[in-house]
Amino acid sequence: MVTVSDRHIDAANVQYGAQMKTLERIWEALENVSDPEIPVLSVLDLGVVRSVTLCQDNIELTAEPENKQLCHGASTDQPSSVTIQITPTYTGCPAIGMMAANIRIELLAHGFDKVLVLEVLTPAWTTDWMTASGKQKLLAYGIAPPQNKARIEKMLFDETAVPCPQCASENTACISEFGSTACKSLYRCLDCREPFDYFKCH
Amino acid sequence: MQQYLLHIADNALILGHRLSEWCGHGPALEIDMAMTNISLDLIGQARNMYQYAATLEGDGKTEDDLAYLRDVPEFRNVLLVEQVNGDFANTIARQFLFDTYHYFFQQQLCESQDPQLAAMAEKSLKEVAYHLRWTSEWVIRLGDGTIESKARIQRAFQDLWSFRGELLTPALYETEAVAAGVGVDLGAIKTAVEQKIFNVLDEATLVRPTDGWMHAGGKTGRHSEHLGFILAEMQFLQRAYPNAAW
Ligand SMILES: [Zn+2]
Repeated sequence: MVTVSDRHIDAANVQYGAQMKTLERIWEALENVSDPEIPVLSVLDLGVVRSVTLCQDNIELTAEPENKQLCHGASTDQPSSVTIQITPTYTGCPAIGMMAANIRIELLAHGFDKVLVLEVLTPAWTTDWMTASGKQKLLAYGIAPPQNKARIEKMLFDETAVPCPQCASENTACISEFGSTACKSLYRCLDCREPFDYFKCH
Repeated sequence: MQQYLLHIADNALILGHRLSEWCGHGPALEIDMAMTNISLDLIGQARNMYQYAATLEGDGKTEDDLAYLRDVPEFRNVLLVEQVNGDFANTIARQFLFDTYHYFFQQQLCESQDPQLAAMAEKSLKEVAYHLRWTSEWVIRLGDGTIESKARIQRAFQDLWSFRGELLTPALYETEAVAAGVGVDLGAIKTAVEQKIFNVLDEATLVRPTDGWMHAGGKTGRHSEHLGFILAEMQFLQRAYPNAAW
């Protein structure tokens, strides 16, 4: 990859107007790709998409989910392509392969035929990257969203109260640290008596 | 380096396979799910490590070659992880002894000068933290539980104690990995590992078995008879139908 100059640009920069628009379309398309295990969450809600790189008309733009507007831009002689970096939630999570495939299918449907999905391991995925709207969607779906910032010490010892997604009571108890998928624990509400999944801090 | 990666991967794969034998047989549904989740984490960690080892090996080698086409003497896992499941207490004791080591091991491996190893360790550490938390709680619950549960978990620790030494005794490839700045110095984590084990045993009101003769050999390919049976089952498909793929 030939990098002539690296600099930060923003959406207002007319020089990159066309590419910025395309990039926006890609982000919108990714919003349609859901987590196969928790279909209400998109891959963006979940925070598994780490960057989107677009090569178009000799310009390469890279944007990260924290700030889709602010891009890293450079000249390039690469042909048009889209590269998406994704990171697995859990090492053994089988959903990652399906997410990668679904991302390719979705972008293909939007006319992007050269799409590369790369798996990156570092920095390691954390529930801190889950979006606020993602947490809302989880709650509405009946899964208690992660309650804290993810910290290793907390994973070893924490006893945070997890509110019930049905009645909001904090009078709940953990039935099992390990639930129906790697990312969840199983809880029970001691007031409304409903069992529920908790998306644990990671 | 290759031996070192295989050692880490083999530990995870063989223990993951052992745990998977509990699938559908756990004493309660929640425990069954926990053990299979831990198994899945371990097999995932093994896969990442085999993929990395395969890239370094080149020659078109894949993770499947490393997992399915090596025989007993080529496996570098510690003897502890290939021991039979026994009863639930025995599985918990085996897992707890491994998790204490594994947690501090991964924590140190995050500092590796090999960026790929450090990245994998950072990811694994979060998973292992939950494993250790779960097994610690079960050791305490069984130890400080009924007369029967206490007797069983105590006996399990008695039986498995002699497999503890190998975890913290470096093989040559480990010493070399430390010298190269990529591996974990087992001497540096020994105190932390033992302290954690002792604290949990104390809290579980269990007697700490006395240190005596310790098993060794797994790290250099001298295994107990159990590994052959594990491989026979695990590798059957790939051996019977070469190059079978998903
Ligand atoms: Zn409730």
